[in-house]
Amino acid sequence: MAVKDDNKAASNRKLLNRNLAQMLKGGVIMDVTNAEQAVIAEQAGAVAVMALERVPADIRKDGGVARMSDPKMIAEIQKAVSIPVMAKVRIGHFVEAQILEAIKIDYIDESEVLTPADDMYHIDKTKFDTPFVCGARDLGEALRRIAEGASMIRTKGEAGTGNVVEAVKHMRKMRSQIAEVSALPAEQLATYAKDIGAPLDLVRAVAKNKALPVVNFAAGGIATPADAALMMQLGADGVFVGSGIFKSADPKQRAEAIVKAVAYYNDPAILAGVSYGLGKAMEGRDVESMTDAERLAKRGW
Amino acid sequence: MNIGVLALQGSVKEHMKMITSVNKKIGVVAVRTVDELAAVDGLIIPGGESTTLRRLMDSFGLTTPVRERILAGMPVWGTCAGLILLANRIEGETSCLGVLDIDVKRNAYGRQIDSFVADEDFAGMYMPMVFIRAPKITRVGEGVEVLGEHDGDPVAVRCGNILATAFHPEMTRDNRAHKYFISMIDAKE
Repeated sequence: MAVKDDNKAASNRKLLNRNLAQMLKGGVIMDVTNAEQAVIAEQAGAVAVMALERVPADIRKDGGVARMSDPKMIAEIQKAVSIPVMAKVRIGHFVEAQILEAIKIDYIDESEVLTPADDMYHIDKTKFDTPFVCGARDLGEALRRIAEGASMIRTKGEAGTGNVVEAVKHMRKMRSQIAEVSALPAEQLATYAKDIGAPLDLVRAVAKNKALPVVNFAAGGIATPADAALMMQLGADGVFVGSGIFKSADPKQRAEAIVKAVAYYNDPAILAGVSYGLGKAMEGRDVESMTDAERLAKRGW
Repeated sequence: MNIGVLALQGSVKEHMKMITSVNKKIGVVAVRTVDELAAVDGLIIPGGESTTLRRLMDSFGLTTPVRERILAGMPVWGTCAGLILLANRIEGETSCLGVLDIDVKRNAYGRQIDSFVADEDFAGMYMPMVFIRAPKITRVGEGVEVLGEHDGDPVAVRCGNILATAFHPEMTRDNRAHKYFISMIDAKE
């Protein structure tokens, strides 16, 4: 590599990691639990796969502690597909992240879907060369994660419910806060930063650019092509689909339909076409009636 | 002049911004349909996932019309995934547009942790080159001109109206590669 200077190398790494997320824009990232599903996802047009042992709907059902997946299972998926492979670690579990970096995972999701390993702190992601994606419900949470080194943000939604309402809420909140901060006079930014619990330099950057410094995908409860297109029209840069594909009646057809819906999210005729005769979507769950303990989005500090 | 960016997935906005930064008077069009394709004087196929792009191009009947426009002389520029789609041969896969006589190997530099930035010459201009899970050009056919190299491998090639780069000029603040492509369209008009 031509770059020898350490500072320059670190700054290049940060940019390269944000750049990979930019390459995924307009795409669908699919949860897969084995090599066979990964191949189905790739052939359907997924831009990346998320390797995990159980999809969120099953994690909810089974209970217990949900951890990082077995590296063997991840390696099999890496071998089976040519698109980027992501995997999840528990919030704050930096050793799981070290293990994923050792097996050259393309992206690490520090995810509230797994059981948190630290009830106070997230991983110091600046210590890693591998990029991280983190969930966020609002601007403050997104900027805290970016300050810790996240290269990509996604809404938390409410994973494993097949219910898009929370993802919509998080995306709308993010958009309205970005609009709000962009309209503030400079002298109000420090107080705004304090109120949302975010670093001032990042708040200033958002106010100046009227955008997050990294891409923001939608995740958590997306089950249909219409859900995916809804999130895109609300301003998402792309979409994660967890349980929605492989918990449906016809995963292959649904995966293809969601990929097409994200590419042509503004074209109702195409959206109607891809939604036609898709078969049964995953079982949905009402979020309103869930207890706080059941709400995964509450995890994260 | 209207320049299209194939807008199915990937670094679409970044390319559009770069074109506008060169000249605000140039029309920049997101191309998703055959009608939109017909209205452009040149086309950029951006970075993204080549497997996703080719699947969508096939599903929505864009592969043949894009190929025909290129064969009829429309200037086209593929960056990274776009380069893969233009190539005549892709290791382990069938070709997509197959209009550029090169062989490519996908993800040849490794996984994301192996992505890198290098400063190299492109058509005599020294510039930063961003390689993200980049493809490698493993063979260059006769009549294909090498415009840039890294570690002895070609990373930018041109054959007539077809330009291809393994790196991402749209991810930098240096718009000279975009100027170069615009000059290809100018020369055609």
